[in-house]
Amino acid sequence: MKGGFLTSGYGPILIVVAALAILPFGFSANTTLNFLGFVLIVTLAAQGWNLLAGYGGQFSFGHAAFFGMGAYGIALAQVRFGLNPWLALPLAIALGALTGTILGYLSFRARLRGSYFALVTLAFAEVFRILANASAFTGGAAGVLIPLRIDAANFQFADKRSFYWLALSFVAFVLLLTHWIARSRFGAYLVAVRENEDAARALGVDALAVKLKAITLSGGITAAAGCLYAQKFLYIDANLAFGPWISVEALLAPIIGGIGTVFGPLAGAVLLLGLGEVTKTFFTWLLGGAVPGIDLVVFGVLLILCVAFAPRGVLGVLRRIVPAFRGGRP
Amino acid sequence: MLKLDIFLSALANGLLTGAVYALIALGLTLIYGVLHIINFAHGATLTLAMFAVFVAHQAFGLDPYIAVFILTPLFFVLGYALQRAVITPASHGDDGNILLVTLGVSIIIENALLAIFRSDTRSIDVPYGFSVMEVGTLFLSTPKVIAFVATLAVAGLLWLLLARSDTGKAIRAVAKEKTGAALCGIDVAHIYAVTFGIGTACLAIAACLLMPTFLVNPRVGNAFVLVAFTIVVLGGMGSIGGALAGGLIIGVVESLSGLYFGESLGQIGIFLIFLVVLLFRPTGLFGAKA
Repeated sequence: MKGGFLTSGYGPILIVVAALAILPFGFSANTTLNFLGFVLIVTLAAQGWNLLAGYGGQFSFGHAAFFGMGAYGIALAQVRFGLNPWLALPLAIALGALTGTILGYLSFRARLRGSYFALVTLAFAEVFRILANASAFTGGAAGVLIPLRIDAANFQFADKRSFYWLALSFVAFVLLLTHWIARSRFGAYLVAVRENEDAARALGVDALAVKLKAITLSGGITAAAGCLYAQKFLYIDANLAFGPWISVEALLAPIIGGIGTVFGPLAGAVLLLGLGEVTKTFFTWLLGGAVPGIDLVVFGVLLILCVAFAPRGVLGVLRRIVPAFRGGRP
Repeated sequence: MLKLDIFLSALANGLLTGAVYALIALGLTLIYGVLHIINFAHGATLTLAMFAVFVAHQAFGLDPYIAVFILTPLFFVLGYALQRAVITPASHGDDGNILLVTLGVSIIIENALLAIFRSDTRSIDVPYGFSVMEVGTLFLSTPKVIAFVATLAVAGLLWLLLARSDTGKAIRAVAKEKTGAALCGIDVAHIYAVTFGIGTACLAIAACLLMPTFLVNPRVGNAFVLVAFTIVVLGGMGSIGGALAGGLIIGVVESLSGLYFGESLGQIGIFLIFLVVLLFRPTGLFGAKA
């Protein structure tokens, strides 16, 4: 609450979003816009993870379950039922949220915590992946192709900047939502459950209800990222939608950026994917050919280094050494 | 008659595969039982061991059944060093951090292998790879029978080590009460690393037993890791007998559901068992403490 407009409250969110919004006027290259659009999709997925794990302390290893529900939800609604994608979008988000509620109810009711919860979420994501890969309804191993009909009314944009701004508006909404939640009563309950669930329960916090609310929101947000992914690439299969890659990136971005902070997922996604591109380019230049997986090796090293030396992520380090960041703790 | 034959052969094959699953799960459950951590890098370490067998065979012409005597001590040292030099200092003793650090280790191993060996699936060519032996009316793959017998031998040795040796006593003491063990002069950090080393060494043995009949690619560990977790959860976290029984059960379930429902759903059966056990009976079938 203390500190100026720049270091607390909604000010920094508005400034960051405004800066990101004018970015496409600086770059016109399609590859840059594609990359930035992808960064925003990962950010959105990571924001969902951060709400549940960063604020609520429930570490999920299987956010692909929600991402995939969003992606398959919006794709199948169009291909199988002929729905308009704008109409399918809220339905797919609701599907992700519902998946979150069910998954949360099953595992929290069984009092699964810590590593057990991580394993159960991972197993759910794998079950969905195998089912989507085997079922004829989801297109099996061939995946789902969304027919190309470029029209804003059809959620397909001729101008790549339109998609970027749309994704940015999702990310901006979740930034505001996270900030609001962090200061709400619900946010306080959530942090109390993270810090000490038994103590929170003893003080009258309904831990099950709080965790269920968090995983529902989390599932919906990450499903929205899946919807954007499907509409951006117009093709999904089981390994893209339910694969481990998105579970890992949704968890890496907040941890590297700053877990349990409003800006952590965004900062982490920019840094992570930026570093990934740099690594890939460097090794291609060094060895004269693409080296698959080398960017992920760097991510793994970064994850261990962050856990070991920067538990509050890059933003935490910045806050320690740059006075301007020190004021507010969003 | 023919039906019964097919059923019996699926059952026998399930038991044989299940034994190797059990060996993988044995390492995992030992680490969990003593250190109380879930080693997420277990699957990736198995992949690493399988590639080590592959390289030993391709580059040095070593038969997997000979390589096992070199790789097992090598992986013990690797596990010891990994636990002592990376996992402990990086995680600051926090449960969630350990999970993240071992996840980081698994990402590094898996993708380093991908960068070096690419995503091609490889196998080694040994003269006995396809040989079979006749047991009653059944034809069983010889390498799988060897793996089955070797697993039982390793489990027996492990039990002997834990029950009889001084190190085994120290391991059991640390598992039960680490503060008390430390007060008795046991070097807990050393015992933790030794246990981690033994668990990792089990993977080297499993890899040598698997390679004559299995294929390896950088992602192969993923297929095993959830199977191993399922076995450990089914048998009760930290229970060696449970891991052995759980491995055999899972092997049979996979084989029979593969027979009746097709290959892809055989995997589903394993995950469903995993979820049902964790959600409804987290102490495992045999009721060890969770």
